[in-house]
Amino acid sequence: MAMKIGEGKFKDNVNENMQDTFMRGAVAGAQERLRTRRLDAAEELGNWEEWRSHGEEIRKHVLDNLDYYLHELAENVQKRGGHVYFAETADEANAYVREVVNSKNGKKIVKSKSMVTEEIGLNQILEEEGCEVIETDLGEYILQLDDHDPPSHIVAPALHKNKEQIRDVFAEKLDYKLTSKPEELALHAREKLRQEFLTADIGITGCNFAISESGSISLVTNEGNARLVSALPKTQITVMGMERIVPTFEEFEVLVSLLTRSAVGQKLTSYITALSGPRQDGDADGPEEFHLVIVDNGRSKILGTEFQSVLQCIRCAACINVCPVYRHIGGHSYNSIYPGPIGAVLTPLLGGYDDFKELPYASTLCAACTDACPVKIPLHELLHKHRQVIVEKEGRAPISEKLAMKAFGLGASSNPLYGAGSKMASTVMKPFTKDGRISNGPGPLKTWTEIREFPAPNKERFRDWFKEHESGGVKK
Amino acid sequence: MTLLHGVGKLKVTLFITCIVDMFQADVGKATVELLERLGCEIEFPMGQVCCGQPAYNSGYVEESKDAMKKMIATFENAEVIVTPSGSCATMFKEYQHIFHDDPIWRPRAEKLASKTYELTEFILDVLKVEDVGARLDGVATYHPSCHMTRLLGVKDAPMRLLKNVEGLSFEPLPNAHNCCGFGGTFSVKMGNISEQMVDEKVDSAEMTGADFLIGADGGCLMNIGGRIERRGKPIRVMHIAEVLNSR
Repeated sequence: MAMKIGEGKFKDNVNENMQDTFMRGAVAGAQERLRTRRLDAAEELGNWEEWRSHGEEIRKHVLDNLDYYLHELAENVQKRGGHVYFAETADEANAYVREVVNSKNGKKIVKSKSMVTEEIGLNQILEEEGCEVIETDLGEYILQLDDHDPPSHIVAPALHKNKEQIRDVFAEKLDYKLTSKPEELALHAREKLRQEFLTADIGITGCNFAISESGSISLVTNEGNARLVSALPKTQITVMGMERIVPTFEEFEVLVSLLTRSAVGQKLTSYITALSGPRQDGDADGPEEFHLVIVDNGRSKILGTEFQSVLQCIRCAACINVCPVYRHIGGHSYNSIYPGPIGAVLTPLLGGYDDFKELPYASTLCAACTDACPVKIPLHELLHKHRQVIVEKEGRAPISEKLAMKAFGLGASSNPLYGAGSKMASTVMKPFTKDGRISNGPGPLKTWTEIREFPAPNKERFRDWFKEHESGGVKK
Repeated sequence: MTLLHGVGKLKVTLFITCIVDMFQADVGKATVELLERLGCEIEFPMGQVCCGQPAYNSGYVEESKDAMKKMIATFENAEVIVTPSGSCATMFKEYQHIFHDDPIWRPRAEKLASKTYELTEFILDVLKVEDVGARLDGVATYHPSCHMTRLLGVKDAPMRLLKNVEGLSFEPLPNAHNCCGFGGTFSVKMGNISEQMVDEKVDSAEMTGADFLIGADGGCLMNIGGRIERRGKPIRVMHIAEVLNSR
């Protein structure tokens, strides 16, 4: 599994997932909780808009000077004895990790949560090598046990499952015999995972932000699993998207403040760890060997384009948690490990329009996403830009739509055409009209009236009334 | 701007929107009567058509530019432009960004943006009226439209005006912040998703037990109202102009 999680068409996925009333209930409930918590946390911090602007400024600065910071980061990691590898593609990243694993004769690998390793499909590559790969983030662990069910949310990957479903997965795969109480489920997973940590050869982590001034990588978790992944195995491999850098700890603090509040409404998560390369003389723990894999995989092609701001993303999922479309169709409909508004912008850029050209249309452009984004990515504008590219540069819009829009352009800019069209509308629609409404409309109205009534065009348009009104002949 | 209270009348140029012109003439009439009662003199340039939003939002930027230019030219001589739609007002303000690289049309678009007001914003901020003297008996709930609140930034004006309507009490709409599922062409292009969204909105409105669902944007109201009618719910959908014009 890589970024694309299935072969289904968007429309089919949506129709299938919308039948899943449990999933929709779970998503709606989670959205309300997470949205409220985020707003409360922002209010408590105060000056939220200034924090957002500051966050945006930091992310923009890094992206505008990415070459500099990548260089500084790599140098500082190497100074502390770490290895750095720049992977241009997913294949290169996977090949490098595989080589490191093989050179250590690694058989058991523990992983902390990482979207970029999902994006490049790393687990599958390592499993094909005969390795046992264990996800240690609770949500990811559940999905992995459930025959590699894909994540449906970038922060809460198993959001689409309820506790009863999780109990069933545990019962089937782990011979679990207790109840569906979250505490009991978590304790059971914890006991199982503890053994895995202690016996793993290699630890693989993601990276929330790399701090270039010190060559550190940071991990933000609530479960502490990333701390164990990075402390116990002898070899640690960290995989990061090339854009996830902050210059110094000062900027790190700003972005972590925005991240934890926006993602889960917490001032801080239980664990925020910064790790600087392999174990140094005198260190009590840490890996003997440290590898940092910096993944491009299409990101550098976004730099310098009108879509650059999407790379400001800090993967908090605030946009997903307010999206009214995601709310009803769930994460799996997007067919990408990156769902919701951020996914609908990012996925076509990384994966191309062939597979993902419907995603930018899965939005009403309501701008709830833009409003929620802690680093001010204009998500709804980027969705609109995609549409423009699809129509104007890629020429992928359906012919019927093109003709309709051409006609619209003419009609809406010409008084005789608009005048005649709007005046005739009432007469033309008369056969379809009953009691002032249209219930079974023709042509473009068909889909509308399958769902809702359409108002019959007014016999007397507003402008006709106004002419009389102006001349003093007010009609009552 | 010539605002001459007691001396003359404030001349307001009305941008009625194509939806109101063709499908919601009553909303247009209410807008005119309301503004006249508040002391405005209304002008309606017959050259106005559609703001171009349907094509623009679908990605047809070039196809929509002629409509935009037509609107800019039509409203060139207006002193103040008022429209009973947050979404269409937002579009008028968007022109300056769309024509950003056009040395001829950008300044004209900037001028258009600077004198455009959404109806409730205009009544509150320009006319400085908070109680329009309306009366309507019943219980209402209010749906805040996305473009109006998030993009235009008109958040409080509608409720500030509505709470002074005599006889009208309010029940908050659950999850009011969620889009109703209109989204222009989204409503038919992604009809199945749109249906679920509008159903949730209708369910929320029903839960309040309100007699009226009030909104300030024709598109959203056509969507929510159309679904309410289809499902046969006893809730009357009203545009805020009609409510404020009730006596």
